[in-house]
Amino acid sequence: MVLMAKERKAFSNLMKAIERGEFVYTGELEPHRSIDLSDVKDWATTLKNTGKIIAANVTDNPRSDSAISSLVAAYIVQRDTGLETVYQLRTADRNRLALLSDILGAAALGLRNILALTGDHTKIGTTPAAKPVFDFDSAHLVALIHNLVYEGKDLDGNEVHGPKPEINVGVAGNPNMDPLEAEVLKLERKAEVGADFVQTQVIFDVEVARRFLKAVEHIGIPVLIGIFPPRSYGQASFFDKYVPGVTVPEEFLEAFKKFKEIEDKERRKEKINEYNVEYFVNFIKEVKKEKACAGIHIMAVGYPDVIGPIIEGVEK
Amino acid sequence: MIITKEKPVEEILSYIEPYKSVLVVGCDGCVQPPRGLREAEKLASMIEMARKAKGQEVKVAATTVTRQCCIEGLRNQINVDGYEAVVSMACGIGVQVLTMVFPEVQTFPAQNTVFIGYEEKREGNMYEACVACGDCMLGYTGGICPVARCAKSLMNGPCGGCVEGKCEVEVEIRDWKGEVVEVVKNDCAWYLIFNRLKEIGRLDLYRMYRPPKNWALATGPRRL
Repeated sequence: MVLMAKERKAFSNLMKAIERGEFVYTGELEPHRSIDLSDVKDWATTLKNTGKIIAANVTDNPRSDSAISSLVAAYIVQRDTGLETVYQLRTADRNRLALLSDILGAAALGLRNILALTGDHTKIGTTPAAKPVFDFDSAHLVALIHNLVYEGKDLDGNEVHGPKPEINVGVAGNPNMDPLEAEVLKLERKAEVGADFVQTQVIFDVEVARRFLKAVEHIGIPVLIGIFPPRSYGQASFFDKYVPGVTVPEEFLEAFKKFKEIEDKERRKEKINEYNVEYFVNFIKEVKKEKACAGIHIMAVGYPDVIGPIIEGVEK
Repeated sequence: MIITKEKPVEEILSYIEPYKSVLVVGCDGCVQPPRGLREAEKLASMIEMARKAKGQEVKVAATTVTRQCCIEGLRNQINVDGYEAVVSMACGIGVQVLTMVFPEVQTFPAQNTVFIGYEEKREGNMYEACVACGDCMLGYTGGICPVARCAKSLMNGPCGGCVEGKCEVEVEIRDWKGEVVEVVKNDCAWYLIFNRLKEIGRLDLYRMYRPPKNWALATGPRRL
């Protein structure tokens, strides 16, 4: 039996804040193929020091590029910096046995958020010869976590001994999916099996965000809209050209093209920062008006100059 | 050759419940045990009896073809005019080829495809469309198999790797010597499934949550 959204419990700081009706901000941390987590912890500290970022996602082998375990990284970051983490867990490369072990491990380590993802195919990553494992998809992972949290059982009915894990589960949303109806029905499906919140792919176009938020409002699931303030024209046009479905508005690209011509590095940086802050403050103010919008997921990693000012600008 | 096992008749009846006229199509090809005209007729009369017992009228007929996996053969050998649904006695390939050849009707599987053997020689392009998973779900996915045709075998797709209807995973087309002839992107199976189910007004089947698959049924080496 799946509980309705309103009967679900909030375990994490992130979910508790959403439940209190606060407009929340989450950040992103990307650990590498290394046992040295110092840069990740530095970035987490920067995010925490803004005083506005309530939690940060810790990525799990994005693009199937192998890296340190996101479970371990999420735990160490949370322990050493005090910033709550959202442990990203992909079903790719783990069968249901491994997933259960990792979920229980996460709960035992005090992680309270999991973002349930399917993950990229091994063939597009750094180890394309690997045997692909897709025993579960993200909807199954949501159902598994929900069953563990509320029933203390896995999907085969095997009981967990002792206390039940206390975890909130998020899912990814793709507002750039064409047709959008396919994505909306997919989110209905994920909400039905227990998803607590949604974090979306990167959006630049406020119309795309608005259209998506309106389309999913009936589901009653809180949505965090994903943004990525770019640091250069190259980054902005990369999103426009190479990230599936993402379009960057023309005036945005034009502005960044002009900044490219500024020779003084500091001055160029300043102009880009100013533009990003103005653009995304307006963007967030607009999406915030939508009922389904519970917050913003800021994916820009290592770009501290704009995060604080953007959030302050919105709150002004 | 391809080995199939009959699906429980209750499952077949549930597929065809909304329809008043059904054509059961046998296959005289490689499917074993035989699933030809005799077996098609037997299933047709079971359907008729079960529906009669429930007081629901149904027009059922049975026919067979040389091989359901041949598009040309299917076009020449059967006519589905006047039927709302087709039930295929063939393997998962047959169900999908019937769906391709007769998109105006919904085709349902009567069999679970259990495993596929090999042939020594064939000509032309070959497409993988059934992996003999032992628990056919084509009745829920518009006659398009996500287990075989989605790179991730997702039960609840599509994933974020679906770009303009194509799968982001590239596949190599190889010749008989194993040399790569071309690298292409396949259609996203879930994109096809969504469009197919939308076309026939069955997005309820897309929307539903499909639980994890029982992969124990597909764990080999299998024996019957």
